[in-house]
Amino acid sequence: MNPVVLIFSYILLLASIGLSLISIEVKDLLAAVIFMGAASLIVSLIFLILQAPDVAMSEAAIGAALTMAIYVIAVKKTEKEDKDD
Amino acid sequence: MIFYITALIIIGIGLYALIIKSNLIKKIIGLDLIETGINLLIVSIGYIDGKEAPIFTFNVRNAASMVDPVPQALTLTSIVIGASELALAAAFVVLLYRKYGTLNVKKIRSLKW
Repeated sequence: MNPVVLIFSYILLLASIGLSLISIEVKDLLAAVIFMGAASLIVSLIFLILQAPDVAMSEAAIGAALTMAIYVIAVKKTEKEDKDD
Repeated sequence: MIFYITALIIIGIGLYALIIKSNLIKKIIGLDLIETGINLLIVSIGYIDGKEAPIFTFNVRNAASMVDPVPQALTLTSIVIGASELALAAAFVVLLYRKYGTLNVKKIRSLKW
């Protein structure tokens, strides 16, 4: 693998781990959903580095956008905040 | 190797959220993180270093210089199934909120043991 691409993939992997940790620990549920979508988008960039462009397209369209829309509707119909624990 | 470790860390974060957190939306977010980590693990197993994407183009003509296409096809199926499964789980959460008025699992009485 090209060393520039390797350094870029290290940055993307660290960012995906950090974004998923933030999305677990944040109190506001809408912010948690948006951080989860951002982590999914960064994983789709990692798929592009791993030479899987069709999987990257599908993950960015379905895994990031459509799933996040479903979550936003579910949060809008229920509570906005994680009150306990 | 670093891709395997990252996929396992993401699966671990999702399992932690699925088991420890008591909010139902957080539990579904953990389920989604597990699915993303599994997809990353499968695609990184099929990756071979220094080879091209499995698409026949003008420059890439032989199949020996491509990565394995079978895990990518399976992952493509898994993404679509995961999206529909998460929509079903979100519908269940909305129905539970209408019936019990809370999202905390410990306060929903008929699910307590």
